[in-house]
Amino acid sequence: MTVEANTSAIAIASQRSSAVRPILEWVARRAEPVAISCGAILIGLALFSIFILVIGKSPATLFQLMYTGGFGSWFSIQNSLSRAAPLLLTALCVALPARLGLVIIGGEGAVVLGGVAAAAAALPFVGTLPAFLVLLLMAAAAMLVGGIWIGLAGFLRHYRGVNETISSLLLAYIAIALMNQFVEGPLRDPASLNKPSTTPLPAEYMLGKIPGMDVHWGLAIGVVACIISWVLIEVTSYGFAARIAGGNVRAAQIQGLPVGRLIVGFTAIAGSFAGLAGMIEVAAVQGSANASLAAGYGYTGILVAFLARHNPLAIIPVAILLGGIDASGGLIQRRMALPDATVLVLQGTLFVVILFCETFYGRFRIFNPDLWKRSP
Amino acid sequence: MTKLLSMNRRHFLQVSAAGALALTPGLLSGRALAQTGLTVGFIYVGPKDDYGYNQAHAEGAAALKALPGVTIVEEENVPETVDVQKTMESMINLDGATLIFPTSFGYFDPHMLAMAAKYPDVQFRHCGGLWQEGKNPGNTGSYFGYIFQGQYLNGVAAGYTSKSKKLGFVAAKPIPQVLQNINAFLLGARSVDPSITCQVIFTGEWSLAVKEAEATNALIDQGADVITCHVDSPKVVVETAAGRGAFVCGYHANQSPLAPEKYLTGAEWAWGNVYTDFVKKAQAGEKLGNFVRGGLKDGFVKMSPLGPAVPAEGRTKFDTTLAEMMTGKFSVFKGPIKDNKGNVVVTPDKSYAEDAIELESMAYLVEGVVGSTA
Repeated sequence: MTVEANTSAIAIASQRSSAVRPILEWVARRAEPVAISCGAILIGLALFSIFILVIGKSPATLFQLMYTGGFGSWFSIQNSLSRAAPLLLTALCVALPARLGLVIIGGEGAVVLGGVAAAAAALPFVGTLPAFLVLLLMAAAAMLVGGIWIGLAGFLRHYRGVNETISSLLLAYIAIALMNQFVEGPLRDPASLNKPSTTPLPAEYMLGKIPGMDVHWGLAIGVVACIISWVLIEVTSYGFAARIAGGNVRAAQIQGLPVGRLIVGFTAIAGSFAGLAGMIEVAAVQGSANASLAAGYGYTGILVAFLARHNPLAIIPVAILLGGIDASGGLIQRRMALPDATVLVLQGTLFVVILFCETFYGRFRIFNPDLWKRSP
Repeated sequence: MTKLLSMNRRHFLQVSAAGALALTPGLLSGRALAQTGLTVGFIYVGPKDDYGYNQAHAEGAAALKALPGVTIVEEENVPETVDVQKTMESMINLDGATLIFPTSFGYFDPHMLAMAAKYPDVQFRHCGGLWQEGKNPGNTGSYFGYIFQGQYLNGVAAGYTSKSKKLGFVAAKPIPQVLQNINAFLLGARSVDPSITCQVIFTGEWSLAVKEAEATNALIDQGADVITCHVDSPKVVVETAAGRGAFVCGYHANQSPLAPEKYLTGAEWAWGNVYTDFVKKAQAGEKLGNFVRGGLKDGFVKMSPLGPAVPAEGRTKFDTTLAEMMTGKFSVFKGPIKDNKGNVVVTPDKSYAEDAIELESMAYLVEGVVGSTA
């Protein structure tokens, strides 16, 4: 149904109050976040066009290249999906605690330690256990370590009153230092002379590609994790309790909800997803743990989660969109001789405009069926 | 305020439609531009204008623009993840690149090797010297230079300029390539005055501006009056040291514009020669080398012009040492050499040529270097 048809239908519906009305109401309510997000993206692109004009380049060429590089061919789509895969999991590391009112920005720490834990867990069993079991062990180790790391930020928040934003960020710095220590020290493969790494996984122990696609299984794992998280938050009583606690901690406590356990539990689950992202980097891309694990996925995940308004299902399209912007960034650099920072300016502009457009929620009558009767 | 924000439906639709229309022509247009001749891709891990590692490669790429029939495509700030694999594929699929130089050390394994297996008709040449005969495919290869020769010459200039007889070295990681440079720098200085010492501080990362500045300040606080470094971008080290009144020796690229008075000389890459050679061979249809390396005499490495602060005596010694290296007869690592724990690491009868395999697994700091590899 087009938007125009929708509006005329609303006009009829508001006069006659027919049986179609409940459906229209449902559509209108669901359409609000989609319309506001898309509008915000359009405004962001318009502002970015002005920026591109100011530096003397053509926005039309740039948008064309963005399309070509991000989504214009099967190759480009796979390119975008590959880049989106780790962002799905690191965005969950921000989105889940956010539903409890916590701002966790240290997912990077869980990613790198998850990667190290995965590599360490695989070492003793390579050659003795089948690949499937080794990968499961790696995932379990990564999720455990990632969960402890971010769970620690939740624990400090609830039981010691330490701001979780700062503590998770500082923990990320500690995590990167620990990774360097392990990779350059006890876990170092002596053959990795100039790029200290753990012993590489044999090819048969690597997490392969999704059949028919040039994208590793991390994408599918990320999508499943997003769906599980959505169910956890929107369907289960734990999710309901978490949303209550996120709305008003005092009210939740008065209701007898176990706020402490919810906070530690949700941050731990969030951290385990980021840890899993680290394991996938090792098992599907790098083959060993090394300094390349700290590639900033944890930080880009913050952007994805905020753009998705901490809705686990919305994370999927947003991560793919950012993956596409990232994928096209290279083509823009190559064809237009623009610096890499151009894409950062675009991301920053979109981020600010989308946050600004949050203030539009509830402002448009069209999305609010309760106000339709009073429309002129 | 509320009225202002609650735009009416029609207006909202008009705005959205206009936005959509504005985008459409861009979305509908075609794919890659048609390319003729040889397209060469360059991939950098950091910014192209970092006054360091990446700038050195970008300057080499820029030298190719003078050649007829060559199209250069470049991408900067590409992390050593699946991103670089996709960047290579994108250069091949969308730009038609048939020769690719992924310039960062960490691009080799698994990223470049994976792409080389997938695109056997494309040639890949990687900076860093990791290629192994029989193990790595024939459409890949590596190139590198003996830049520690340049650090030895840095040491000679530093040795003549230093008053405190204490030098400082800001280093990224205690890996063989970096240790070679630190040791060569001190050996160069000790060839002038055997009492000279050099303190080293490892920052732990290739690019970490704050720590590099802290390390430079700490070295100067402890009396060092000539500073050099091995990090991706020496800009911060050079500017911080010159700001404190210390002299500096450059690395990777020419940093003299950052500190014209305090800059003594610098060990620079001369990738322009290397890339021109590869591209000319590719254009002529000849086989590209798989394992290419060289030093000062081969034109892989060059020295920045000597700065005004180097005394006349130092200039003479610098020039004679450089001339000796150009003949290929000069050995930087010549016994006897002890490490800084007192163990003999090069016996008196040993003398390593610049391509000696033993140098590639260097794990010690020589006597006179204050610092530790672990």
